[in-house]
Amino acid sequence: MTGFLAVLRREWQVALRRKGDVLNVLAFFVVVASLFPLGVGPEPGQLRAMAAGVVWIAALLAALLSLPRLFAADHVDGTLEQMLVAPQPLVIVVLAKIAAHWLTTGLPLAIAAPLIGLQYDLPAGALAILLASLLIGTPVLSLLGAAGAALTLGVRGGGALLGLLVLPLFVPVLVFGAGAVTASLIGVNPSAHLSLLGAFLAVSSIVGPWAACAALRVALD
Amino acid sequence: MLETMALACERGGLPLFGGLSFALGPGGLLRVRGANGSGKTTLLRTLAGLTRPSAGSVRWRGEPIGDDYRNEMLFLGHASAVKDEMTVLENLRFSCRIFCLDSSGSEIKTALEKLGIARLADLPARYLSQGQRRRAALARLALSAAVPLWLLDEPFAALDAEGIVQLGALCSAHLAAGGMLVLTSHQDVPISSPAPQEIELR
Repeated sequence: MTGFLAVLRREWQVALRRKGDVLNVLAFFVVVASLFPLGVGPEPGQLRAMAAGVVWIAALLAALLSLPRLFAADHVDGTLEQMLVAPQPLVIVVLAKIAAHWLTTGLPLAIAAPLIGLQYDLPAGALAILLASLLIGTPVLSLLGAAGAALTLGVRGGGALLGLLVLPLFVPVLVFGAGAVTASLIGVNPSAHLSLLGAFLAVSSIVGPWAACAALRVALD
Repeated sequence: MLETMALACERGGLPLFGGLSFALGPGGLLRVRGANGSGKTTLLRTLAGLTRPSAGSVRWRGEPIGDDYRNEMLFLGHASAVKDEMTVLENLRFSCRIFCLDSSGSEIKTALEKLGIARLADLPARYLSQGQRRRAALARLALSAAVPLWLLDEPFAALDAEGIVQLGALCSAHLAAGGMLVLTSHQDVPISSPAPQEIELR
């Protein structure tokens, strides 16, 4: 536990001192999501119908933008190597990095999403579901994304490869996340979608860190 | 304590060395020599458990190296593992937490003094020179007297004359207290050891 907190604290400190990285991702999300109404026109019914999908896709892309950095700096400066020889289990370190990634990427995206939703004329109920779906769904992006980031560590052009690798894995999150909002818009109870999203979070919280650890060991062999 | 049995390593399918057997006991110093690309770093990484040998085994206290081994071993590679965004002091504190070392204020201060970087304690590491960065990484050694086995890859690289003497003193004290040390180095090292050994890789 001390190891988890130490890594989390350090990641948080580094993020605070490199605010640009966090703000870039957030700004990217806001800009991408704001471009759609400009492109498709201001018809409220149409905007409401596409809102959830657009916000979720923008969130996926923004998360993808931040993922290559997850392990890259630690790899270059030798920190990752030290983590592998430290008495702490590697999975604790990876979990702490994933938690820090979510706090600096997924959480800000989720908090900003209802503001984007307002641009799309979403009613208050749907905004709440949008926030809930992102709060449950964005940790999945960090968990599975960590595995992808570890697999592409040190690979030339790793960023593009990372997209090809993890975006297909994000499909269930997109389907159930956007589906929950759409369901609440047409008056269906969205709890089934949110439950499935939660189940996906549970599965990826086991698979993601485990795969990331295995990939890191290979990358540093 | 630390033994290898017919250890062989390869890199990218190319065999580097094979049939390497040695044993290192308390107070023992093993110096690994060899030309560039002869496998010095690979040997140290294998001893640290980072790289798998292609044949043979590494043993610690008679057992193949496993999870417990990481509590009793310190490995410093080429990269200094010092974070640019954090100060020298924060970097050292973080190492202490991760490696379960004594991190009380006075201990840390003494460690920085032993490496001659006490006045840089609150400076973000991105302003450090290469040698100062090396010293910041090596400061951990001053807190790791209780860790029996030190594996140091080119620890003297980038250090000035004074730094070489300071590091030599740390290593000598570690050996005198019954610690073990494996290091690679191209230069002659000012370390006094009761039981020095040397391996030449080719």
